[in-house]
Amino acid sequence: MTDGVLVLSNGRHYHGNLRSALTSASGEVIFNTGMTGYQEILTDPSYTGQIVTMTYPHIGNYGINMEDMESNDIHVSGLIVKELSHVTSNWRAEKSLEDWLGEHGIPVLEGIDTRALVKTIREEGACPGIIAPLEKGDVSSIEALREKAMSLPVMEGQNLAKRVSTPENYTWKNEGSTSNYRVVAYDVGIKYNILRMMLQQGIEVVVVPYTTPAEKVLEWKPDGVFISNGPGDPAVVYESIQAVTQLLGKVPIFGICLGHQILALALNCQTFKLKFGHHGGNHPVIDYKTEKVEITSQNHGFAVEETSLPSSVQVTHRNLNDQTVEGIESLEYPAYSVQYHPEAAPGPHDARYLFNRFIEMMGQ
Amino acid sequence: MPKRTDIQSILLIGSGPIVIGQACEFDYSGTQACKALKEEGYRVILINSNPATIMTDPDLVDATYIEPITVDALEAIIKQEKPDAILPTMGGQTALNMAIELHDTGVLEKYNVELIGAKIPAIHKAENREAFIRAMNKLNIRVSKSRIVHSLEEGLQSLEEIGLPLIIRPSFTLGGSGSGVARTKEEFQKIVSDGLSISPTTEVLVEESILGWKEYELEVMRDLKDNVVIICSIENLDPMGIHTGDSITVAPAQTLTDVEYQHMRDLSLQIIREIGVDTGGSNIQFAVNPANGEIVVIEMNPRVSRSSALASKATGFAIAKIAAKLAIGYTLDEIPNDITKKTPASFEPTIDYVVTKIPRFTFEKFPLSDSMLTTQMKSVGEVMAIGRTFKESFHKALRSLENGAVGLDEPKYEDSTPEAMEVFLKERLSYPTSERIWYLADAMRKGWSDEKLFEYSKIDPWFLAQIRTLVDQEQQISCNTLANIEPGALRFWKQLGFSDARLAKLLKCKEPEIAQKRKEWNIIPVFKLVDTCAAEFPSETPYFYSTYEEENESIPSTKKKVIILGSGPNRIGQGIEFDYCCVHAAFAAREKGYESIMINCNPETVSTDYDTSDRLYFEPITFEDVMHIIELENPAGVIVQLGGQTPLKLAKQLKNAGVPLLGTSFESIDRAEDRQLFKELLDKLRLQQPPNGTAFSLEEAYQIGRRIGYPVLVRPSYVLGGRAMMIVYSEEQLEGYFNEAVQVSPEHPVLIDKFLLNAVEVDVDFLSDGKSVELGGIMEHIEQAGVHSGDSACSLPPHELSQSILDKIEQQGKALGLELGVVGLMNIQFAVQGQEIYVIEVNPRASRTVPFVSKAIGKPLAKYATYLMLGDTLESLNFSYHPPPWFAVKETVFPFAKFAGSDTELGPEMKSTGEVMGWGETFEEAFFKAQLAVFKDIPKRGYVFIGVLDKDKHAMVSVARQLIAVGFNILATPGTFHILESEGLKNIKRAYMDVKQENNIYDYMHRKEVALVINTTKPRKRFVDHKHLRRLTLLYELPYCTTTQGAEHFARSMTMLNKTEGLVYRALQG
Repeated sequence: MTDGVLVLSNGRHYHGNLRSALTSASGEVIFNTGMTGYQEILTDPSYTGQIVTMTYPHIGNYGINMEDMESNDIHVSGLIVKELSHVTSNWRAEKSLEDWLGEHGIPVLEGIDTRALVKTIREEGACPGIIAPLEKGDVSSIEALREKAMSLPVMEGQNLAKRVSTPENYTWKNEGSTSNYRVVAYDVGIKYNILRMMLQQGIEVVVVPYTTPAEKVLEWKPDGVFISNGPGDPAVVYESIQAVTQLLGKVPIFGICLGHQILALALNCQTFKLKFGHHGGNHPVIDYKTEKVEITSQNHGFAVEETSLPSSVQVTHRNLNDQTVEGIESLEYPAYSVQYHPEAAPGPHDARYLFNRFIEMMGQ
Repeated sequence: MPKRTDIQSILLIGSGPIVIGQACEFDYSGTQACKALKEEGYRVILINSNPATIMTDPDLVDATYIEPITVDALEAIIKQEKPDAILPTMGGQTALNMAIELHDTGVLEKYNVELIGAKIPAIHKAENREAFIRAMNKLNIRVSKSRIVHSLEEGLQSLEEIGLPLIIRPSFTLGGSGSGVARTKEEFQKIVSDGLSISPTTEVLVEESILGWKEYELEVMRDLKDNVVIICSIENLDPMGIHTGDSITVAPAQTLTDVEYQHMRDLSLQIIREIGVDTGGSNIQFAVNPANGEIVVIEMNPRVSRSSALASKATGFAIAKIAAKLAIGYTLDEIPNDITKKTPASFEPTIDYVVTKIPRFTFEKFPLSDSMLTTQMKSVGEVMAIGRTFKESFHKALRSLENGAVGLDEPKYEDSTPEAMEVFLKERLSYPTSERIWYLADAMRKGWSDEKLFEYSKIDPWFLAQIRTLVDQEQQISCNTLANIEPGALRFWKQLGFSDARLAKLLKCKEPEIAQKRKEWNIIPVFKLVDTCAAEFPSETPYFYSTYEEENESIPSTKKKVIILGSGPNRIGQGIEFDYCCVHAAFAAREKGYESIMINCNPETVSTDYDTSDRLYFEPITFEDVMHIIELENPAGVIVQLGGQTPLKLAKQLKNAGVPLLGTSFESIDRAEDRQLFKELLDKLRLQQPPNGTAFSLEEAYQIGRRIGYPVLVRPSYVLGGRAMMIVYSEEQLEGYFNEAVQVSPEHPVLIDKFLLNAVEVDVDFLSDGKSVELGGIMEHIEQAGVHSGDSACSLPPHELSQSILDKIEQQGKALGLELGVVGLMNIQFAVQGQEIYVIEVNPRASRTVPFVSKAIGKPLAKYATYLMLGDTLESLNFSYHPPPWFAVKETVFPFAKFAGSDTELGPEMKSTGEVMGWGETFEEAFFKAQLAVFKDIPKRGYVFIGVLDKDKHAMVSVARQLIAVGFNILATPGTFHILESEGLKNIKRAYMDVKQENNIYDYMHRKEVALVINTTKPRKRFVDHKHLRRLTLLYELPYCTTTQGAEHFARSMTMLNKTEGLVYRALQG
């Protein structure tokens, strides 16, 4: 443990303790309001390029286990918490969060007024920042860090899918049993739980790089195409957008999160950057088909601009907190998508039915 | 869906008197529900027998029935008011049971009234154990295995089926007596055999042991569209085996991964749907095996609960209010979140702090009972604290308890040899009592490892580690002195939640020195918002807690403001009555144009509803914590006289700190509390008090006893609710008292008063503006002096005292009020012996009678008191006392049934937890209704058993005669039998109190032939037969009287009722 600081590009800074890896990290500083699920968050590729602030003050209580991974790596650049647990208490725990992050070189800034930071982000928007070891009172270094933070790239215009997409195709299928469907999944940062959910539905999933052209995809003779969640600005993931545009009408398409935005862009909609995004597991979303409200797991910094929707695209789901678009469906093609995470992990399981809808669509 | 328009009027059933397990959380829920339904334009009808509730204030609903919660009363009210629907989910178990009875007796059908919130099938499925188990089996959700057995053979069979260890609970015993855990077959045989023999129904429940498992609760809400949300998760620090109401609990859950938490959430959704609670809140409890994560569902409550009140306070999500709106057809997405105003209620709150609840116990009141914590709830109140970390919130909760602890204070040991302490600690951690946490911390000091602590306590290692951090820091702190600590260290300790008082102890200095140091270094707390959403959205509701961080979110307004100090945790002697007063103060201050600011730490109350005051601080009521808020808010005044002893005992320190106290001055309070000053005051006004003295030693006590004569009333100085108070009849007893009950010291002398035999006590409340004094209410006790005033039944107006005595009492009280310069409320207890009037006690503050008087006279005294404190005069309020044209009788309820081993005798030590009010045109009607409200059912036929002391036997003649005349049969002990027979009474039978005798009373009880038990006894440990009788009376929930006066009134009421058509039930609104 050493003294550490978070410096934001807006000039604010917060002194705390640096733990795990005693090193610097930079990224867009955001907050997540989930009270559980830090392991899933840390391993979710969608958090690439971000420093995550957990609003719940005690993080690390139940340690880390090898079952709840959402990818094979940690993707956040840094973690900010009120208190990182010194002990681990859970029957499945294999390691402490501190040790695990330390092994991966990810620093944790602990002991700052995280609520004050959250309010800053809420009021001024998510912005770049740097976590660094720094002694209290070292004013000149803060100035230097601020300049560095200001020079960090903003999220808009960054293609981060590139950084997390698989370089090679790979396949997930149930060993020993036959699959009912084959789906090609565009990996722009896919979470394991999406693959697990599809597997449970009897789907064989071929995961392909985000640059895979449409004709390559069709060679797999898929029953459906899935576009995954992922990090960064959707508008610059040109290869995927173009491929999806070509796939429309040829095969049923389902997208989640970044995949939803890519589908929207392929359907000629536009996306925009939210002030501080939605990151948590308690957002109410109404499903216009059933008029029911589901509590959803959310993690996105961008959203689909409702005014840009052509008449051939309709809003199927809406966030009841800020009225933003949470789901769309094409009236021309078998294609739909949601902004949030029906695969949860972490978060409530209310929206799992969306995987059934995909099955239904592929069955038709 | 919009709200329903096919119903116009709704009847809400309250929960009745405060009892263990059902306290003022139901006033909080019910008040919210009433307000929510009124807001929607419904005609609201309410029944609740408890006058000390905000919900029964007449301006809250359209028709308020302070009447016994019985089928008869409800049927009469339904007939009169013709409600379209009944909402039974706000009044705890009482209301649910009543809903079932109304259904079973056909009343609902007869009057075509619909249940909303929960329907009968859902209530049945959740409440009936077998139906619940069937429902869980259908869902493939595991419940703990159990069998009901009636013989040892059946027991052994269940042992084969379930396997050891097993929990054995005899059916139908009080306070869970006879229960035990069997780890071996031999233990099993013994506990089952013993259990079968003590169970009146020869029945024991054999249950799979999940002791030591982790315990969780989820608060769930569902609407008519089947939207379901989880409001809060709660993790118990205490493992399974301790009733959740007696457990230290923490929100949110701390040691579940998301996978495990979501699994529990999924189960909760399945359960609420299967049980079929169609709208509103439910509470579902789970146990989790710490070794492998296996989950068992324990139970489900299809209604709002103590936990839902806690969850509401913990998250800011008003469960009861929303549940009421869902019951009338709204869906969650149509209701705005009260705190953010802009987001809907169809979400799941997320919090960025930790909430700790610690129950408050009063075992000292029941010295004969076992203080071990079990599955039978025994706590009488609770505190809640909010901190940014568990450590901070836990520390704040500890000092909120007001049990003398300022943190993890070192406990005392009877035998402090290391070996004895080791044995003792093992015992205390495996068989926990209310002091377990302090012993746990002390075991850490003595070098116990976390593994060892877990082995004995089964407390999760995460919690152990948190507490160990605090203990380790204490050791660090005590290596220092105030002179050599650094600002950084002090700030760090404050962040861990250490109180100034605890730091002062550890640093061996005075508390003000710590405060001084903090101010010097600018180490002061900031206040954070409770906002349901972890700051994701701006929040409009000013609900705060303190912490030591950077940003302060409580920005004081520039308005003039009044701070009201609440009454802390409920305990015997200080309960809902004081919260009622504080709530009225908040309303009154607001009406007078002040901003009202509430400080309190009791999550069950209306005062800690963020709706009650303009600003709410959920904080411990200690000098330090209160001063932080006062320094920030800079109020025009602070009210300390409405919250009982809790705020009152801070008066001196607050005054010395220059805080403006509203109302009666501290000097006057002191003049009434200080024995010597009080004596001088009475002498000056030529009023008399019983002869008395103050003893600093046993020798002095002997001298006083000889001077004033026995019997005497003895008690330690400065007590609440008559703790350790006793009537002593001889020097021998006096010696026993000094040796066993108190520790005398120069700071803590023992007070000795002449005990007035055959005196009547009178409780009087006054209002004063400092210049004139007016009667608020005058109550004559029904029991003779000697029973604590809080335990006595009483009548307003007085039912027997002469007008000339009453006039004298009024004059004396007014003189006292004027002399003391009381501004606000004053309560005086008088004793009347013949024509002599004695002043027993003067309290220049609100007393627990205020709500009862307010309801009885139809004027809100606490509100008026607040107006007076803020500058109004009695004249400007146009207040004068007029005795009501009816009688109101207060009767008390006791928790004896919850305490294995305790006796039901009454004495100078207060033991009741709650009260009911009965009112009627005659005293008898009011008295009878009050008895009905306590006993729920009073049979009109059957045997009345009379077993009384020799001195009371003659009084029984007229009692028996009257009861026979209205159709009862009499059973009497041989002595009483003889007297009754010699007076010519017929239809009397002999019955013995000795179990071994043929023809004993218990056989009649077992056969359910007894309608009423009249039993008087002398205090303390003797009369084993009497005790057995009283235990069984409780067990069979039979009406009983323990005084001759009570019996006489019972008989007269029965006679009177026999002549009338039956009881008349009236709404307060007329």
